[in-house]
Amino acid sequence: MTELVQQTVDGLGRGSEYALIALGIALIFGVMHLVNFAHGELITVSAYVAYLMFTLDLAWWAYAPVIVATAVGTAVAIEFVAFRWVRGAPDFTMLLTSFGVHFVVAALFVMFVSANVRTFDRPDWITNTVSLGGVNLEVFDLVTIAVTAITLLATVYLLQRTMFGVSLRAAAADFDTARLMGIRSDRVIRGAFILAGVLAGIAAVFVLMRTGRASPTAGLTPMLKGVLAALIGGLGSMSGAVLGGFVLGLVEVLLLARLPDGWVGLTNGIVFLGIALLFTFRPQGLISVGHAERV
Amino acid sequence: MALLEIEDLTVRYGSISAVRHAAITVGTGEVVGIVGPNGAGKSTTLGAVAGLRPPAGGRVRFDGTDVTGWSPDRMLRSGLALVPERRRIFVDLTVRENLLVGGATVRGSERARLLDEVGDLFAVLRARWNTSAGYLSGGEAQQLAIARALMSRPTMILMDEPSLGLAPILVDAVFDLVSELRRQGRTLLVVEQNAVRMLQVADRAYVMRSGEVVAGGRSAELAGRTDLFETYVGRSAL
Repeated sequence: MTELVQQTVDGLGRGSEYALIALGIALIFGVMHLVNFAHGELITVSAYVAYLMFTLDLAWWAYAPVIVATAVGTAVAIEFVAFRWVRGAPDFTMLLTSFGVHFVVAALFVMFVSANVRTFDRPDWITNTVSLGGVNLEVFDLVTIAVTAITLLATVYLLQRTMFGVSLRAAAADFDTARLMGIRSDRVIRGAFILAGVLAGIAAVFVLMRTGRASPTAGLTPMLKGVLAALIGGLGSMSGAVLGGFVLGLVEVLLLARLPDGWVGLTNGIVFLGIALLFTFRPQGLISVGHAERV
Repeated sequence: MALLEIEDLTVRYGSISAVRHAAITVGTGEVVGIVGPNGAGKSTTLGAVAGLRPPAGGRVRFDGTDVTGWSPDRMLRSGLALVPERRRIFVDLTVRENLLVGGATVRGSERARLLDEVGDLFAVLRARWNTSAGYLSGGEAQQLAIARALMSRPTMILMDEPSLGLAPILVDAVFDLVSELRRQGRTLLVVEQNAVRMLQVADRAYVMRSGEVVAGGRSAELAGRTDLFETYVGRSAL
C-alpha cells in the first residue's frame, strides 16, 4: 500500500509536467487546428537558457522566472515568424510548418552551440524526501504537483472568468463564428501562444530540474508525451488534455515500477498499445469535444 | 436615404454566378425580408453584405459608407450584426458567455449594461444564464443567437433563415420575436424560406429566384400576388 501511494504521487508528479504541456498543445489546437510539434522547442530553448544561467553561476531560484519568460518569448516568436504566415492554410501545411520549426531550431543549436549534451547542476533539495504518515515522498514530486495545481487553477480562472478566456474558448469551439462576433483572431491566437508558453515554461522548469540537461532535442520527448496526453484526453479538449497528462504519468510510473526488470524497456510500447486500445473503443479520447453547428 | 443599399450585386462561386445584379434597399426602422426557394441566392446575398463572401461586382453601402468587400469583423464594428444560419451558438459555453462573446466589440462597462438589457428582453435566457448553450431547445438557441447579435449594439441586424430546422411551434416564437424587434424600431434584413410567415412580419420584401431579384414591394402587396408565388417560390410557400 505504501509503495502504491509513493508510486501514485510519483506518477502525478510526472503527469503534472505532461498535463501542463498537453494543455498548451490543446490550446493551440483549439484556435488553429494545429498539432504543434514545435511546442517542444519552448523547452529546448529554455534548457539552453538554464545552461547559460548555470555557467553564469546564478542561483536556481532565479532560473524559474527566466525559464518561463524564455518559453513565452519563444512561443510568441515562433507564432510570429512561422505560423502567422500559414494561418488559414490547410491543416497539413501548418503541421509541416511545425515540423520545420522543430528541425530548424534543433539544427541552429547544433550549428551554433553543439550537438553534445550540456549538463548543469540540479538544485540539491530535489532529491530530498519527506515522510507523511509513514510514506516517504519526494519533495520534488510534491512541489511539482502543488505548483501545477496552482497553475491549473489560475488557468481555469483565466479561461472561465475573463473576457480573454471566454473569447479563447469561443474561438477554440468555432473559430469562424468567433470572428463573426468580432473577436480579433490575431489577439486570440497570440494570447493562446502566450498562455501555452507560460504553461510550457513552468513544465520546463520541472523537466530541467529533473534532467539537468540541455541538448538540441531536449524538448522532443516532453513534447511527444504532451501530444500523447492531449490525444488521450481528446484532442481539443482542455480538461481532457490535463486528465490525459495525469493518466499518462500514472500509467508510465506504475508500469516502470511493476514490470519485471527485464521488461521495463517495453513501457513505451505498452503505453502506445494501451492508447491504440483506448481509441478503438473511444476514438474521441477520454473527453468528447462539443462543437457549434457549422453551416 | 436608405440605411442599407445593395446595388447591382453579383456574387460568384468559381464560374457560377450565385447572385446576379441584385438591388435591395433597407430603410432605418424597417423589417425587410428576402424570400425565395432553396438555391435562390438569398443567403449568398446576405453573406456578401456581411462580408463573408466578396462580391464579384456591384456595391454595398451602409449608413452612407461604401462597405463593399469589408471583412465581417469590420462590418460588425460599423454596426451591422449577423445572426447566422443554423444559429451557430457556442454549445460548450454558457448562455451568459455566448452573450459576452456577442459583446466582444463593446467596452466592458457597456457590455455589462447590454447584458442586463438583453436579459430583460429575453427572460427565458436570463433564467438559464449559467446553463451550457448546448442544452437549449432549438427555439431558445435561436433566441440566444438573436440576443447575441444585439449585444454588439448594432444599427442593423441581418438574419439568415431564423426558422430553419425548428419545430412549427418554435417557428411561431421566432417570428413573434421578429415582430417584437420590429415594434422596438430595430432595422432587420431577414432571409427566410417561409415566405408566408415572413410577409406577415416584414414591412417590405424581395423575392429571389435563381440568383436574381424577381420582385419586390410592400409585404401586403406581395402576399396578394399568388401568381408570383406560384411562378417563383412554389405553391408550398402559400
